[in-house]
Amino acid sequence: MAQLGRSMDVHVVESEHERTSTGLPHLKLAMWLFLASDCLLFGALISTYVLYRGASRVGPYPAEVFDIPYTSVSSFVLLASSLTMVLALAAIQRGDQGQLRVWLLATAMLGTTFVGGQVFEFTTFADEGLTLTTNLFSTTFYVLTGFHGTHVVVGILMLLTVLALSFAGRLPPERAMTVELVGLYWHFVDIVWIVIFTVVYLIPTGTPGGAQ
Amino acid sequence: MATVSVPGERRSWLVRRPRSTTGFWSWVTTVDHKRIGILYGITAFAFFVVGGSEALLLRLQLAQPEQEVVSAAVYNELFTMHGVTMVFLVVMPLSAAFFNYLIPLMIGARDVAFPRLNAYSYWAFLFGGVFIYSSFFLGGAPNGGWFGYAPNSVLDPTRGMTFYSLGLIITGIASTVSAINLAVTVINMRAPGMTLFRMPVFVWMGLVVQLLLAFSLPIITVGLTELFFDRRFHTHFFDPAAGGDPLLWQHLFWLFGHPEVYILILPAMGIVSEVLPVFARKPLFGYQFVVFSGIAIGFIGFGVWAHHMFATGLGPVANTAFGISTMIIAVPTGVKIFNWLGTLWRGDIRFATPMLFALGFIAMFVIGGLSGVTHAVVPHDYQQTDTYYIVAHFHYVLFGGAIFGLFAGIYYWWPKVFGRFLNERIGRINFWIMLIGFNLTFGPMHILGLQGMPRRIHSYPASLGLGFWNLVATAGAFLIALSVLVFLVNAVASFRRPAEMAADPWDARTLEWLTTSPPPEHNFDEIPVVHSLDELWHRKYAETRGGRVVPVPAGGAGDEHEAVADDSAGHGAGHAIHMPSPSYWPVVAALGLPIIAYGLIFNMWLVGLGVVVVLVGFYGWILEPSAE
Repeated sequence: MAQLGRSMDVHVVESEHERTSTGLPHLKLAMWLFLASDCLLFGALISTYVLYRGASRVGPYPAEVFDIPYTSVSSFVLLASSLTMVLALAAIQRGDQGQLRVWLLATAMLGTTFVGGQVFEFTTFADEGLTLTTNLFSTTFYVLTGFHGTHVVVGILMLLTVLALSFAGRLPPERAMTVELVGLYWHFVDIVWIVIFTVVYLIPTGTPGGAQ
Repeated sequence: MATVSVPGERRSWLVRRPRSTTGFWSWVTTVDHKRIGILYGITAFAFFVVGGSEALLLRLQLAQPEQEVVSAAVYNELFTMHGVTMVFLVVMPLSAAFFNYLIPLMIGARDVAFPRLNAYSYWAFLFGGVFIYSSFFLGGAPNGGWFGYAPNSVLDPTRGMTFYSLGLIITGIASTVSAINLAVTVINMRAPGMTLFRMPVFVWMGLVVQLLLAFSLPIITVGLTELFFDRRFHTHFFDPAAGGDPLLWQHLFWLFGHPEVYILILPAMGIVSEVLPVFARKPLFGYQFVVFSGIAIGFIGFGVWAHHMFATGLGPVANTAFGISTMIIAVPTGVKIFNWLGTLWRGDIRFATPMLFALGFIAMFVIGGLSGVTHAVVPHDYQQTDTYYIVAHFHYVLFGGAIFGLFAGIYYWWPKVFGRFLNERIGRINFWIMLIGFNLTFGPMHILGLQGMPRRIHSYPASLGLGFWNLVATAGAFLIALSVLVFLVNAVASFRRPAEMAADPWDARTLEWLTTSPPPEHNFDEIPVVHSLDELWHRKYAETRGGRVVPVPAGGAGDEHEAVADDSAGHGAGHAIHMPSPSYWPVVAALGLPIIAYGLIFNMWLVGLGVVVVLVGFYGWILEPSAE
């Protein structure tokens, strides 16, 4: 009986330390699965865009509205935020709350700059006569980049939440994984943007009339 | 129960976690995988009755030629909602009920990986289902068929298909969250010694299904979003006038829809693979073959979707390729049939009700599978597309397959879940009425289809001579309804007996039968250490050198465990097992979803309110004190 009691103790301790079958924490595994699932979401959206590339019957066409240098800068801003995200994770792993807050805030600000740039871009396009319902290009473009923008906004919310947790003293170095998980999501959103930027902006689309 | 610790007294500036363990609020706030499993089961069964009633109305309308029991418009709503209900609100959640309840028990865990997320999945599913059904009162129910083909689904003037698109996005969110949760549970929370190839087949099928869900639902989510945008904001995704291609919808739908078919049938296959060995008193024949067949079905299931679209003119190359892949996927499915037959071969068979339903599953599924292979032959499919032959086929796999399998599971695990047997005699009556009714309903549909009766027609002229078999099908449908009624009587009657059930009434083989019936909140007083496949059986029986099976003498591993279970209240006090506390927040966070959806249809301010509710739910969730 005493032996049984002791073995029970062992299991209770194990469960508190979340000893998992694979060694990966539950949350990290779940985040990877979610991101894998999200890949299919963007995959289907990007497929829709590619299927309808050059199929618009009326303008404005992509080449008439895109401002590649402008979007390149905002893309650079978003990619730079991946660096600050890495620095934030490194900071909490060192136990440096001050640096953690600086880099979390920097990441959130860069993300906000990107979203702001997207809003500005959308309004410019709308002024040039390209609204959601103008043609197939506008329909697929706004929904695809809008989905991505929504993902960035959710990421910013997560970053600010983590920042608030840090200020509330609820983010000790043992909980560095929280920052790591937000980071995984953030990097994923950045990588998806690289694909979208390449497919949507950089690869030129012919117009039905042949004019480029 | 004495071993379950009371949630901590630590106060927070937020509300404390709910603490009731009985009554209404305990069910609303529960995060216990067993209670959530029961909630899934009851809700899905309620939808089963609703979807079945819709089917009865359809059959009444078709019982005789040129009838007007319901109007054509209502008829469209009924067959659409029948399909949507049975697929998304019955078979999927009923399977989820089994996965939720059984996976942690079968792998020797105390709960799923994320208990609160599990509650969130259930509530999101419930609210999504109620949202879709509310359309009957808010401007018309979905009426474009369960697969909602564009451009018909875009152009329909009622609100039905808007409700369809948003409602299925909500239930899709519920299923995706649940899929990730359960997949992590299987991958990460197995008891010591429970290697992947010591997992019960049901758990394996569970894992495959969760991965199918996680990778197919995002695709339909995009399709539904595009449908919603086309309807609500007049975009051009499926608008041929603007250069859009309605076939895109079919590709997105079936790229989800065919994995979905396996999402519906693999759980039943898992259940049958558990039931047969117990009632044939033999190990499953070729365990690894069954597991690998399930995995193969999961992979190939993503490569056959266009066989739903042969008649759309994809061209000979695509049609040939998808015809071949469809024939290929029949191979692992056929392998399983032979494994089950091999399990029965020379077994010491007990014809208890779970076994009857499992055998019914095999027989009916073979018929459905064979008619399925005939669709892989493209010219044959041209002839059968959109006829009653298709209706017959998929009811043989989804009712004769999935529902029979799920009923086998209900009869088999009822004593574990509720501590009482379902009555065997009533169970047999239930089975035979259902089997006869089912074949009377759907068997004739093969003939009707081959005679050229198209599906989804509201009526048919008497001169076509389709009246007789339609009448037979209608009579069969009411027999099915009778069998469901018999089951409900059996279920209610079972609660009149006291809950005094041995841990292992069927002499079973897997870990869920190791613990009491019903199991305590923490499942196992001591997490079992697993040494083999069919762990429980090996604790009870050993093989002599001559190959004879003999019970392990008293004092063996099994008895030792029971001694522990009996004594748990006594010595448990000193060894608190921390179970997660109940929580209000999953319900709140889930409630925001239908509010957003109503807002998207009626008033954008409601969207804002819904977003606030979701955020309040999730922040409350993050910030509420943990149980420990």
